[in-house]
Amino acid sequence: MIEVRELRKRYGRVVAVDGLTFTVRPGQVTGFLGPNGAGKSTTMRMMLGLDHPSGGEVLIDGAPYRARSAPLRHVGALLDAGAAHPGRRAFHHLLWLARSNQIPRSRVREVLSVVGLADVARRRVGTFSLGMAQRLGVAAALLGDPPVLLFDEPVNGLDPAGVRWIRELMRGLAAEGRTVFVSSHLMSEMALTADHLVVIDRGRLLADTGTREFVAAHSGGYVRIRTPEPERLRDVLAGAGVEVRSASDGTLRAYGVEAARVGELVSAHRLTVHEIGNQPAALEEAFMRLVGQAAGQPGRGGQE
Amino acid sequence: MNGATSGERAPSGPVARSGPARTVAATGPVSRTVGNPLRAVVAAELTKLGTLRSTYWTLAAAFVVTVGLTALIALSFRTSLPHQPPQRQADFDPLFATFYGVTLGQLAMVVFGVLAVGVEYRSGSIRASLLAVPHRGRWYVGKVLAAAVPSAVAAVATVLTTLVVAQVVLGPYAVPTGADGLSAALVGAGLHLTLLTLFALGVAALLRSAVWSLSALLPVFLLGSQGLGNVPGLRTVTQYLPDQTTWVIMHLAGPQDDPRWAREYGPWTGVGILVLWTVAALVGGYLVLRRRDA
Repeated sequence: MIEVRELRKRYGRVVAVDGLTFTVRPGQVTGFLGPNGAGKSTTMRMMLGLDHPSGGEVLIDGAPYRARSAPLRHVGALLDAGAAHPGRRAFHHLLWLARSNQIPRSRVREVLSVVGLADVARRRVGTFSLGMAQRLGVAAALLGDPPVLLFDEPVNGLDPAGVRWIRELMRGLAAEGRTVFVSSHLMSEMALTADHLVVIDRGRLLADTGTREFVAAHSGGYVRIRTPEPERLRDVLAGAGVEVRSASDGTLRAYGVEAARVGELVSAHRLTVHEIGNQPAALEEAFMRLVGQAAGQPGRGGQE
Repeated sequence: MNGATSGERAPSGPVARSGPARTVAATGPVSRTVGNPLRAVVAAELTKLGTLRSTYWTLAAAFVVTVGLTALIALSFRTSLPHQPPQRQADFDPLFATFYGVTLGQLAMVVFGVLAVGVEYRSGSIRASLLAVPHRGRWYVGKVLAAAVPSAVAAVATVLTTLVVAQVVLGPYAVPTGADGLSAALVGAGLHLTLLTLFALGVAALLRSAVWSLSALLPVFLLGSQGLGNVPGLRTVTQYLPDQTTWVIMHLAGPQDDPRWAREYGPWTGVGILVLWTVAALVGGYLVLRRRDA
């Protein structure tokens, strides 16, 4: 169990994390969702004692990370794939980690085969592909057989097989009763992996809810309308209190409204339309809408 | 290439067949009885140093350069001294020739010390290190102790080999057995190389960068080896630079009864000053490490 209480981080005048409070429970995968720059990595680094919080605290099974003398046996973390020295052999990277926390050497071989790197254990990390480096990071996280695991954007740079492997691994770890906390900027990925979601943007908590509930509440979809007189239709819909946006393909999108209602409005105002269709929103879009609303502006760019 | 392919492939069988539980969980006990955590950190940091090629290169370079330069200097004295006036021959200090190589060999030790911490920042493995050992003071002490072991071993090996080589090459001009100051010079040279390594480690922790540390240290120490400490006007200051203070005990600073060369401190005080430099750099490095985000 991870308890985050009133966590705050400011860099000079910039507030990166602004009073986050949430709890990550064992036995399920908790997704930590937010656009790039939302403060996810900063929050995770503070959880792990790498960054000093400006306020608040994080307790992992009742104690701050820094209070543990052999933390790898309690918390496993995958932060970035670049954290291994490129000149060191994969086996030796895990060996020094094991020695630092008095983990038996035999465990190094064990985790290397779990992540599928047993055959390349003697190669230098610098010769690894991004996917292999990511697997080595997972091996390091699993080294101490920890009850709590944190993964920061674990699927970045992985091929589809690797993504599926990570997903199954995390679900398996949670099924064993471990606490699994995984960050991502991809809603679609989280929908497949996470049981619970903690959504943040600009350092603030937007949602702390089950994935199913979140999807149901935020992906109501929209009605797509193709029309030769978009300005008039916009006015009509806006006049009826419907949120409308223009899509890049020239169509209009009406949110929070049924296609039938749009049809009635169109006919009442004698407008010409070429197409009216229901569009169940993609998860990604639902997520961006939520983030956009919180930021006081419709969806924003800057995604990878 | 084969290795790359197999590494990229998702492990298929075990996960699917027996469920991830038994594959991921340890088959044996992972949590053995907890021993001394500091000893574990030192063991881990020694493993790190022992599994990087730069450790061997830098320490071997320190050995080769020191012994090699001493051999060259000793050879030039041996060939030139017979043609010098008797007074010159009488003034010749064989210990000067013996330890002269240290002035250049020390640079490789400095590189070793800087890299011991500097690579952590350059490769990002500082985060892996602090995840494994979140108590920063403990990690730092472990790092310093671990770096001290190979540098002390290399220093002792270098200094003793240098003495033997110098003795052989100098022949009739060699250090007489039981000569005044020989044992002090040996101990001083060993301490000099070890302490200077740890000083460099402290500077790297202070600046959090291998490149900046080397850019700051190497020019100063290189000029020092070229006699910066003997330039009359500058000497008042430069004699206190960290690589200079042990020159008295190593007989590199010239005859101390001659006012042209005399320094304001004695041989052991000089060693003491280097100890102060080292402690200051290490403490400074710790303060930065303790406060900064990794």
